[in-house]
Amino acid sequence: MKKVMMGNEAVARGAWEAGLHIATAYPGTPSSEILENISKYPEIYSEWCTNEKVALEVATGASFAGARALVAMKHVGLNVAADPLFSLSYIGATGGIVIVTADDPSMHSSQNEQDNRHYARAAKIPVLEPSDSEEARRFTKIALQMSEEFDTPVLLRLTTRISHTRTVVNTEERKEIPIKKYEKDFEKRVILPVNARKLHYKVEERTKKLREFANNFKENKIEMKSKDIGIITDSISYQYVKEVFPLASVLKLAMPWPFPYKLAREFASSVSRLLCIEESDPFIEGYIKQLGIEVEGKDKVPMVLELNPNRVARSFGGDYGDPVEVKVDDLPPRPPSLCPGCPHTGFFYIANKLKLIITGDIGCYTLGALPPLNAIDTCVEMGASITNAHGMQLALRAEGNEDMKKVVGVIGDSTFFHSGITGLINTYYNGGIGTVVILDNRTTAMTGHQGHPGIGRTLMGTPGRKIDIPKFIKGIGIEHVSTVEPYDIKKIEEVLKREIARDDISVVIVRGPCALISDFERKAYFYVDEDKCTGCKLCLGVGCPAISMEGDYARIDKYLCTGCSLCARVCPFDAIVQKEDK
Amino acid sequence: MNTVSIVVCGVGGQGVLTASDIISIIALKGGYDVKKSEIHGMSQRGGSVISEVRFGDKVYSPLISDGMSDYILSFEKLEALRNLTRLKKGGAVISNDYEIKPASVLMGKFDYPLDIIERIKSAGVELSLVDGVGLALEAGNIRTVNTVLLGALARKLSFKKELWIESTLERVPKKTHEVNRKAFELGYNL
Repeated sequence: MKKVMMGNEAVARGAWEAGLHIATAYPGTPSSEILENISKYPEIYSEWCTNEKVALEVATGASFAGARALVAMKHVGLNVAADPLFSLSYIGATGGIVIVTADDPSMHSSQNEQDNRHYARAAKIPVLEPSDSEEARRFTKIALQMSEEFDTPVLLRLTTRISHTRTVVNTEERKEIPIKKYEKDFEKRVILPVNARKLHYKVEERTKKLREFANNFKENKIEMKSKDIGIITDSISYQYVKEVFPLASVLKLAMPWPFPYKLAREFASSVSRLLCIEESDPFIEGYIKQLGIEVEGKDKVPMVLELNPNRVARSFGGDYGDPVEVKVDDLPPRPPSLCPGCPHTGFFYIANKLKLIITGDIGCYTLGALPPLNAIDTCVEMGASITNAHGMQLALRAEGNEDMKKVVGVIGDSTFFHSGITGLINTYYNGGIGTVVILDNRTTAMTGHQGHPGIGRTLMGTPGRKIDIPKFIKGIGIEHVSTVEPYDIKKIEEVLKREIARDDISVVIVRGPCALISDFERKAYFYVDEDKCTGCKLCLGVGCPAISMEGDYARIDKYLCTGCSLCARVCPFDAIVQKEDK
Repeated sequence: MNTVSIVVCGVGGQGVLTASDIISIIALKGGYDVKKSEIHGMSQRGGSVISEVRFGDKVYSPLISDGMSDYILSFEKLEALRNLTRLKKGGAVISNDYEIKPASVLMGKFDYPLDIIERIKSAGVELSLVDGVGLALEAGNIRTVNTVLLGALARKLSFKKELWIESTLERVPKKTHEVNRKAFELGYNL
């Protein structure tokens, strides 16, 4: 049946068709919809895990026990899961196991542009790269098959433009695959050095076999046209190449590692000019150059930001498209911002007011770094807020700097479960001091409102066990744990001042539901009483998208206002009042 | 058929992705190859949102390069202008006659441009300005703005009206079918 499917949805479909048994993930753009779609198939057990390492380990266990398993994550998630990945390469697969990585060239919603094809080479596992949703479906099936046949985990690499592009898919039915009978295998699954040394030889043998396979793999295909120009490409770049160079011959690599030297040499020798067009790093190009073949690639094609037909054409002196002439470089930018009613805003407003040094983390709340809140000093990766704060405090304490008391680590609820807990325990164990703030908005908001261990609802919709964050933190041994309402900024200020003054470790939880989830209670809107408004613009300081200046007075967009009251609490003239009836 | 390219744009939360979804479903039902690209996550939180739809006998790139788009369907005026270089000469803009001030304007760092319409017109493209909010309220629900705009776009494309209505209703809650049908007609009959 023909359907239009997002790449992520097609991966889910392919996994289902291939008889998948178990799927795990931690959400992360652009990968999140893979598990959300898998969870719609009742034949597959699926769960949100606390982080990507946990997700890969759970999938690994399922493979040990003979089930077909899939684990999905965004590109940086694979850094978290790298430890089990490298071990799993040696151990191999019992039930087929596929690791899906969704890379994000252009960093639409990420902190870097890392190219996860490098992980295939580093961990010595094959990588498949679909160029549209139909291939995403098919390659997921091939990957599971390949995993069992070659006794290896297989990396399936998507990018934003594969994951979040809808293209036409031809669906097939599910083929049930029985779960293999478990047999203990000490030499395979216990990677003590004595076993690992033998396993590494096996891995090198496997790579040779996989390389031979790649040379003959029908998805690594040559499309011969003009002999004047030949282009080696992969993933989404293939689509741009086909559009910009309709007459060129193309070698499309669906499996760029292990690199098919023989196939590439054969293709190169059949054309007079060879180009390599790939997004991000010169991964394929490096292998072509190893063969001593002259190729035009990253000397022309941009390494930074994603490609598109125009960028590909311009790289080789061509032009593409005939745009209208209009001045647009002076337009006001429209970056993302915290939503009206966001439960994070009040805390950042106070953090800015108190001039705290905030080590931030990954989530919607990273937007607290932008004006007018300007409240965040650092953001590195998932979980780094608490540990960065500890490190900064150590350094400031060493030089007797009073600012050490102003260092506050700020982390979201889902991120706390992901990788904040180990850091908090570390600070506690080592006698660290300072305040950690957990912005608990009762969901994983940025990636589309997935569940987490604090919610008590699993991916498959069953009630789950629920972790009480304050109780959990007290259980560690931390004595000073406070919970405050997100819009009560007076209280937030009072509690923060009290907690940062301590020579002890403390945690403040700002708790209230994300304004985009059903638990959020939308109230009657607020409006500006122009008799009282002095036009002082203090209310603009909260950065709510619903408030603007209109002439001499502030104005609130009643359709955007959620009735959260934050602006009214900031106004010193009581000029912001709530409409009585909704 | 040559590939038709449509840039759908607006502000996070306006329903840009749903609208472009509906266009892609219609194109598939119309018998075409179709690709539709979108961005999620950080870029959705009240920021500029763009979704790109292309359909034809065979579509390769899901992305529409500068000067390659036949239409811009914008849910907000400033976003229509921001994406205007995507349009090819002779292309058409359908824009909601609606302003959402970005944070940079709310904070007084920038002025919301007053000459958006003039700039679009002086670029020599066809502009249809639609009172999306007014027509949505007339239909009975302010949340049907995107259906009004889809109606206005439908008038320019070759698919049958019934196909549009059927595909639109598939994507909205059952209890809103009547208002959405009305909203579509209001946009279509402009």
